[in-house]
Amino acid sequence: MAAAARFFVRGARSKLPISGVVPGPRSSFAAALLKLSPGSSSRTQRRHAAHFTFQADPEPTQYGPTTKMNMFQSVTSALDHTLASDPTAVIFGEDVAFGGVFRCTVGLRDKYGKDRVFNTPLCEQGIVGFGIGAAVAGATAIAEIQFADYIYPAFDQIVNEAAKYRYRSGNLFDCGSLTIRAPWGCVGHGSLYHSQSPEAFFAHCPGIKVVIPRSPVQAKGLLLSCIADQNPCIFFEPKILYRAAVEQVPVESYTIPLSQAEVLQEGSDVTLVAWGTQIHVLREVANMAQEKLGVSCELIDLQTILPWDVETVCKVAARISACLTDISQWMSAHHLKINSDKTELLLFPGKDLLTQDLTVNFGNSVLTPTLTAKNLGVTLDSQLSLTPNITATTRSCRYTLYTEMMERAL
Amino acid sequence: MAAAVRSMNKMYGVCFNAARQTTGPKASRLLQRRAFRVAGVHRQQPFDSSLEKPQFPGASAEFVDQLEFIQPNVISGIPVYRVMDRQGNIINPSQDPQLPKETVLNFYQKMTLLNTMDRILYESQRQGRISFYMTNYGEEGTHIGSAAALDPSDIVFGQYREAGVLMYRGFPLDKFMAQCYANADDLGKGRQMPVHYGSKDLNFVTISSPLATQIPQAAGAAYALKRENMNRAVICYFGEGAASEGDAHAGFNFSATLECPLIFFCRNNGYAISTPTNEQYRGDGIAARGPGYGMLSIRVDGNDVFAVYNATKEARRRAVAENQPFLIEAMTYRIGHHSTSDDSSAYRSVDEVNYWDKQDHPISRLRHYMTARNWWSEDDERSWRKQSRKTVMEAFENAEKRLKPNVELMFTDVYQEMTPNLKNQRESMWRHVKQYKEHYPLDLYEK
Repeated sequence: MAAAARFFVRGARSKLPISGVVPGPRSSFAAALLKLSPGSSSRTQRRHAAHFTFQADPEPTQYGPTTKMNMFQSVTSALDHTLASDPTAVIFGEDVAFGGVFRCTVGLRDKYGKDRVFNTPLCEQGIVGFGIGAAVAGATAIAEIQFADYIYPAFDQIVNEAAKYRYRSGNLFDCGSLTIRAPWGCVGHGSLYHSQSPEAFFAHCPGIKVVIPRSPVQAKGLLLSCIADQNPCIFFEPKILYRAAVEQVPVESYTIPLSQAEVLQEGSDVTLVAWGTQIHVLREVANMAQEKLGVSCELIDLQTILPWDVETVCKVAARISACLTDISQWMSAHHLKINSDKTELLLFPGKDLLTQDLTVNFGNSVLTPTLTAKNLGVTLDSQLSLTPNITATTRSCRYTLYTEMMERAL
Repeated sequence: MAAAVRSMNKMYGVCFNAARQTTGPKASRLLQRRAFRVAGVHRQQPFDSSLEKPQFPGASAEFVDQLEFIQPNVISGIPVYRVMDRQGNIINPSQDPQLPKETVLNFYQKMTLLNTMDRILYESQRQGRISFYMTNYGEEGTHIGSAAALDPSDIVFGQYREAGVLMYRGFPLDKFMAQCYANADDLGKGRQMPVHYGSKDLNFVTISSPLATQIPQAAGAAYALKRENMNRAVICYFGEGAASEGDAHAGFNFSATLECPLIFFCRNNGYAISTPTNEQYRGDGIAARGPGYGMLSIRVDGNDVFAVYNATKEARRRAVAENQPFLIEAMTYRIGHHSTSDDSSAYRSVDEVNYWDKQDHPISRLRHYMTARNWWSEDDERSWRKQSRKTVMEAFENAEKRLKPNVELMFTDVYQEMTPNLKNQRESMWRHVKQYKEHYPLDLYEK
């Protein structure tokens, strides 16, 4: 496995002074050798700029005083708070004792003791299995996997054991106080085995939670939420942001809720959904789309991959409810009244309808869409937006009514 | 015993760390604040190239100038510790734990009750009443002997053939049956296959089907208990087949390096379904692996309940006092089939099975011990058999009559809280069932 990954990042339009660290001790012999090859400088490959620019959020005011931190420091801060407030908390994994290959655990062993911050043998299935057992026995276990690329030996323990512990035991036992942290995502030079984003492998495993932050403020709040959450959580930390992302981060402990996507930018034409590093790319994309194509983009940071916030992304129920309100207002304007208690909602699921079972709030009642309706009045299809698409909607209603009429005549 | 250990040291050329071998403070029944020893192994002395000793950080052995491969000794490997001979006579009186009569009678009754329950539940699977079952025939000694040597507060991580441990701790018959029938009384809410028992009150972690996954978990639990410092240990059961899994290696290594108060109890019963031990490993069983991890290890006669008891008792005492893991390999024989899905006549002879059933069985050996002391007569045997059969049959009949768990329990406990999509699924299920109720036997399920 790689030693501490240090990388050289030059952001082209970066406002933040990102310093590069050149790896390795420099011997004068090596330096002389490098200088001695003259013609090569024009052909020497230069490291290209990173594929994104980290964009800091405005300083948060609701969590108290803040200080400048990068992402690994915000992780250290979250772990520090946890060890201080929870006497059963322990942090373990490969190389965490000296501070970790990404410096996320610097200082914690000296501050809290060798029994609480310790190295384990080099074995991911053991690290996660050990973490599960510690959590079952009542400790708050924070396991570190050195790179997300190496999480696969622990896949059985995560999917077959951690995720199912509570369900299979009838809630007699659980490993809810387990959190697994792993550096995640591409860094430019990481190649196949130091760049992976394996969240999709875990995204369909009920029983665990998968969380990915986009920035230091998000990282600290989401990590503290994962640790507090009484379900086993996997927290992927975008490694390229460890040093590159610097923000004003609250000094005190605070949590950011899980399974709540954050709308970073509202828009009306297309929704962009991302998590982790890619949020910063899509921020640029949204601006470019607006400037060059006149397209208004909604940008959503999913944050929690599992269980994910379907409603914020799809807004199906909200849109149907808004549309019914439109109809109701239109009808009132034409001296008609819609009876919300007798309204049945007939749903023709479009191919992108992600939630088959919605509840729609309309007036004082809660409507549940069905696939059959008793009293045929107005049928609405799922691609709703009454005001702009009124012709299309009336056409589809007329067609449906006509078809029904033909069938009844038979 | 000491001679065996010494010769083993010579064989493997392993230099046991002196600090580890000293017995800890005298075992005290009272809770005491033990000094928390971390990294008990002493570090390397400062490097000195003038010495002829090796300076490597990785090993602290001597130099040798003869090329010689260490021979793994599987012919006369680690000896098997026993207290009774096959006829139930004590061989070395100093090893007799001299347990009181009630305790020994309890051992016998628990072993035979387990045996009776196994027979009835195996039969019930054959009759289609339950879906699956695994018997414990021949291994009752390993369960009862080890369970009796533990404290009730010690945590048990099992594999699937340790029902006797749970029975010894007092798990009621109707709860065994409830789990097998997956009825509304099942503590596990009817979610798992039969024999996947669990009990929070009795500190028996719910069984899961994947093998050996419990081994590193046991190490983690033991570490957490060590930090709690409440005089509790962990025992982790597994078979010789599961010991081949990567998780087993992980668990052994972690428990030794992190100094966990843990007993690894391997039931070496000769078969992993159809795979005999000579296809499972080439070394000297599981006990020989212990020293490779720096772990104190012993091999015992698993069909001798007193040998199992003595070894577990001492291992437990020292594991907690010295914060180190112990490996006990209990040699035994799986008399029954692997499960109701197996017919072992396909891979072993009936004669082999009969030998163990008739001539080396933990229940009969204990019985001989008891009858030699006039603690158990033919009449006692007859009336106990009748009584145990009756209680098992009662529990069985009651379990059959019970309703299945509430259908909503399909959706709970996936997470601690019910998530929106699970709520949707539950509502969708009810809508569907309400519409097509003639196809769903709702009367069999608790409301």
